[in-house]
Amino acid sequence: MNAIEIKGLCKSYNDFKLDNIDLVLPSGCIMGLVGENGAGKSTTIKLIMDAIKRDAGEVLVLGADNRSREFLSLKEDIGVVLDEAYFPEVLNARNVNSIMKNTYKNWNEKQFSEFLTRFSLPLKKQFKDYSRGMKMKLAMAVALSHDPKLLILDEATSGLDPMVRDEILDIFNDFTRDENHSVLLSSHIVSDLEKICDYIAFIHRGKLLFCKEKDRLLEEYGIVRMTKADFEGVPEEAVKGKKVTGFGVEALVLRDSVSSAFTVERAGIEDIILYIAKGDK
Amino acid sequence: MDLIISNANSQPIYEQIFTQIKNGIMSGKLNEGDALPSIRALAKDLRISVITTKRAYDELEKAGYIHTVAAKGCFVAEKNVEVIREERLKEIEEHLKKVSELAADCGLSDGEIVEMYDLIKKEG
Repeated sequence: MNAIEIKGLCKSYNDFKLDNIDLVLPSGCIMGLVGENGAGKSTTIKLIMDAIKRDAGEVLVLGADNRSREFLSLKEDIGVVLDEAYFPEVLNARNVNSIMKNTYKNWNEKQFSEFLTRFSLPLKKQFKDYSRGMKMKLAMAVALSHDPKLLILDEATSGLDPMVRDEILDIFNDFTRDENHSVLLSSHIVSDLEKICDYIAFIHRGKLLFCKEKDRLLEEYGIVRMTKADFEGVPEEAVKGKKVTGFGVEALVLRDSVSSAFTVERAGIEDIILYIAKGDK
Repeated sequence: MDLIISNANSQPIYEQIFTQIKNGIMSGKLNEGDALPSIRALAKDLRISVITTKRAYDELEKAGYIHTVAAKGCFVAEKNVEVIREERLKEIEEHLKKVSELAADCGLSDGEIVEMYDLIKKEG
């Protein structure tokens, strides 16, 4: 089964268009959504939750159309964390627990308090006195404590320190030990996504440039550094992006199309998206 | 079982898993009937992609090193003498290719190489 299935999704605003997005997140996998500010990541996530109305296309979440009646009850199985966590200012973690207990059928009080301890969140501090990191962690604890099958996170790890981010990645990793559990997360921090994701989807200016298995991307692409004369011998279709300086050429290439006489270095996901985004201009 | 995955290694991750499990079987560290860790558990413990791990297991199964029992998992298959021989022959061929390349580089004749080989045999 697929946790998320998107076909031909479109949404237009005055100055922005999300254009014909096709995405599939198989169950049990983690997908990372990358793209520059304003690329359409958050729009895509909002469209998945049907928080904004799509213009065209199809969105299936956990097997149901996200505009069907069925989806309303499926929302119990989805944990969402947006880039800013909002709880009423005067509430503390204990109040949040009482509210969620009456909101979610599957609310797991014990798990929630375990997450509070794990994230060292105080029980009595009011939400307005929380730091950004604490707000994020509280939202994460809520999202994880109602036995969700799908986690959707929009920029949830940005603004957190490397230790906490790593801890959260560990939680996602453990979460997907169950093959019915899936995660979709968007982030600017590509290294985080590279660590954890099975799939990487790259949205650039409202268009999906690729949605691929991460390890295949790392296998297919490589970086070469060579003189301009040598570079002329590289077939044009193998070059996916290049940087020419007075001293030589650095280029993103398809490994298989480059003569083995040249050293092809490993390209990180960050290199791949930067070169491809630049090549798209 | 030891499995070391390196990101700096130019060998793709699925190949690293494939080679290390294969070597484990060839060297007798893994024996016929031994259960392998489940794909999901291995992927999550090593913090690598599930799809990549599955690909490695699929390749191992295709090559006849392991077999899958539905709902039970993957097990080391009976050692196939033919497969191992084939594997060794391939390895020897690779080495010989290298030898012939190196020989061509410094103008060594085939006779001289055979001589060298005989000498090594005698010493060994």
